[in-house]
Amino acid sequence: MTSQITVERSPGAPADPVRRRFVQGSAGLVLGMYLAPLGAARAAQAAKGADFRPNAFVRIGTDGIVTIYAKHLEMGQGAYTGLATLLAEELDADWESVRVEGAPANTELYKNFALDMQGTGGSTAMSNSYEQMRRAGATARAMLVAAAAERWRVPAGEITVAKGIVSHASSGRRAGFGELAQAAARQSVPAQVRLKSPGRFGLIGKPVLRRADGADKVRARALFTQDVQLPGMLVAVPAHPPRFGATVRRVDASKALAVPGVRAVVQFEGSATRFAGVAVLADHTWAARKGRDALAVEWDESGAYRESSDGILARYREIAARPGLAATSKGDAQAAFASAARIIEADFEFPYLAHASMEPLNCVVRLGDGQCEIWNGEQFQTPDQRSVADYLRIPPERVTIHQLYAGGSFGRRASSTADYVLEAVAIARAARAQGIRAPIKMAWMREDDMRGGYYRPMFLHRARVGLDAKGRITAWQVRIVGQSIVESSPFAPVAVKNGVDITSVEGLSDLSYDVPNLQVELHTVRDVAVPVLWFRSVGHTHTAFTAETLVDEAAVAAGQDPVAYRRALLKGRPRHLAALELATQRAGWGKPLAPGLDGSRRGRGVAVHESFHSVAAQVVEVTVAADGALKVDRVVCAIDCGIAINPDVVRAQMEGGIGFALSAALHGAITLKDGVVEQSNFHDYRVIRINEMPRVEVHIVPSQAKPTGVGEPGVPPLAPALANAIFNAVGVRVRSLPIRTPLAGVRA
Amino acid sequence: MTIRLNINGADTAIDAPGDMPLLWALRDLARLTGTKYGCGMALCGACTVHVDGTPVRACVTPVSAVAGRRVTTIEGVGADKVGQAVQAAWDALNVVQCGYCQSGQQMSAVALLRANPRPSDADIDNAMSGNLCRCATYERIRAAIRHAAQALA
Repeated sequence: MTSQITVERSPGAPADPVRRRFVQGSAGLVLGMYLAPLGAARAAQAAKGADFRPNAFVRIGTDGIVTIYAKHLEMGQGAYTGLATLLAEELDADWESVRVEGAPANTELYKNFALDMQGTGGSTAMSNSYEQMRRAGATARAMLVAAAAERWRVPAGEITVAKGIVSHASSGRRAGFGELAQAAARQSVPAQVRLKSPGRFGLIGKPVLRRADGADKVRARALFTQDVQLPGMLVAVPAHPPRFGATVRRVDASKALAVPGVRAVVQFEGSATRFAGVAVLADHTWAARKGRDALAVEWDESGAYRESSDGILARYREIAARPGLAATSKGDAQAAFASAARIIEADFEFPYLAHASMEPLNCVVRLGDGQCEIWNGEQFQTPDQRSVADYLRIPPERVTIHQLYAGGSFGRRASSTADYVLEAVAIARAARAQGIRAPIKMAWMREDDMRGGYYRPMFLHRARVGLDAKGRITAWQVRIVGQSIVESSPFAPVAVKNGVDITSVEGLSDLSYDVPNLQVELHTVRDVAVPVLWFRSVGHTHTAFTAETLVDEAAVAAGQDPVAYRRALLKGRPRHLAALELATQRAGWGKPLAPGLDGSRRGRGVAVHESFHSVAAQVVEVTVAADGALKVDRVVCAIDCGIAINPDVVRAQMEGGIGFALSAALHGAITLKDGVVEQSNFHDYRVIRINEMPRVEVHIVPSQAKPTGVGEPGVPPLAPALANAIFNAVGVRVRSLPIRTPLAGVRA
Repeated sequence: MTIRLNINGADTAIDAPGDMPLLWALRDLARLTGTKYGCGMALCGACTVHVDGTPVRACVTPVSAVAGRRVTTIEGVGADKVGQAVQAAWDALNVVQCGYCQSGQQMSAVALLRANPRPSDADIDNAMSGNLCRCATYERIRAAIRHAAQALA
């Protein structure tokens, strides 16, 4: 009855002390930097066994199947496809024979060079793997070629490889990868390999490649954490306190224990960064949920946070009256304002946002003696492994993490404090203290996920832009007020500079527009107890809105076309100019829109924004009905992400980023009333449905530069381009998100 | 209580409390985990299955209510040509991203195409508006349904 869970232990399961020593010992080698070789034990096994495992990223079986180990989480962004494309390109593999499996937690083998730890985030999967995965493929290819040369007694230089077939033209010999796998495993690993020049790429840049995870997801064979079934496993559904910072005073579990299928009720400890609570453990999810709902918990709310979001925002407005810490200070903005012909002033307000991934948070834990095994759609291997090890007081290598698919994340599974993983471990430990040794699947219900904190922070921006008599921007000042994501995370040493959390100001502090006097200030608020976290495109979710609606307003004030106005400010920014040109040209910028029907008015808006080293430009078309109802008709997007490894994945990420951003722009808001989160499920935290999805066209700026981000850069321009389109249609400026519809002040 | 029903063509007996939603009976008891939990309130459509050919939200359907009925899940939907055409279209257009909602999306799409083999764009939006996709694969879902309809024509 129990489903099979097959999770690849190797390459590089951390419990292998031989390999650990070997890898540590070779850390200084050039090869080690890119490709930590497998240890002696694994190499010996590979030689004996049938498989060819030249490094930690690829295994070739005698059946010719090429299995690629992905160091990055696949959460929808296409990382598995991208990583496999890079490796298969240099291996000259047949794409139809390529499979991808998630790699286990092993920081030495699977570090993300951009984050200096094993983990996925910041749209870095392709950029940090671009050379590493190609090198891994080229190494495997060289060893297959060497094996063929040895077998056929021909010079290696005369051998060619294409689509998984190794050939020697003059003798007519051919062999598949599977036939050569055993012999290849006996070859020495080459110290140097040559990578293809982009002109020779066959898979990289191919317009449409079958997604590596596609067939399994279409047929529901892909394994998510929610799907894990282990022998004897119990499902744990937790009761969290109604307010952040509350703890359990006492619990009456009698009604919960009376629910058929419920096995135990355990109390688990919390911390400053995660919930304390009570979990109901049962044979199946329904009993656990019913049991959880039947608990009578008396909470100790003496230390609970009781503020309302209106109150927090009101305080942010007061704080914004005072100068903050300088994030950027260029020229003399105050002097420039004093001589400005015209000043635009505006406050911008951004609410808390929940990630609301389709798969609510969950985690499977099996505790042993001095060890812990975790199954998870794991986004932050290194910090989660370390946090669990610290919590259990065991060495990190005794914490095994098996990688699964994640049903979305948008940043939530990259928890800076390991909150949900530690909660699962705390529940398992509390159960063990009661003598329960079963593996535990902690499953949050949608309501727990929605109210679980770790939101995109609420922000207030107080902005001023000064123009001279000719409408040119002479001064630009934004004061940003909000909580810091990074201060309590492992990234604080690199991402907090002179007291400024870079992720709070990115996108404004490094404004792309050439303005002579720029002042960006930050107030980090530290006494709000709502946990906050990165959310797809992080600071750019709010900074791009302010930057791109303000420059639009300046263009209108100057009486100039918003695209021409931007162009003049983007001299020396060729990627911005190219993306802006491509998007506006394909959108038909400057040509009149088809008129609206029945008194509705149409409008068009643009935005261009750099994030994660990519530049995206979007043109949005809207229709505003006579009663103020808003419809988003069409979005044309251009993206420069360096070389497009998988153009179809790039398009999908732009489409998805636009839809994700549109949910936040039209509906997204988590609000607190006396400390209690008011939303609970998709009826009061709305996300867009198919009928709200505009037509989307994506155009990729041709490039052979190194790849840059794709998962996040499609998000930032959407909301400002939409706001600019609304202004274009009806003359109403949006200063606060989500956009309140029907639009107020619209007169037909 | 023991509930007898037909799942994907196989007569099955499930021992479950009568109020257990079909979703959890399928996932935790029948071990068919392709049907997903997303909201528990019929708001997101991730749990969509067919009962006697009609799409229902398994998260709010008590298992006792489907006694003696024919339940089709994503694991069984590929048994006929409409299911196959939908899955082939999903493959061809690389519809999935995270994939978590896609079982429900396909179940709704199959039900639409059985009832309406030539759906208009408005028909597609109407039939699919109960299925949320946080990755916003909506444009490709529309295209894949048109693609499948054409393949079946």
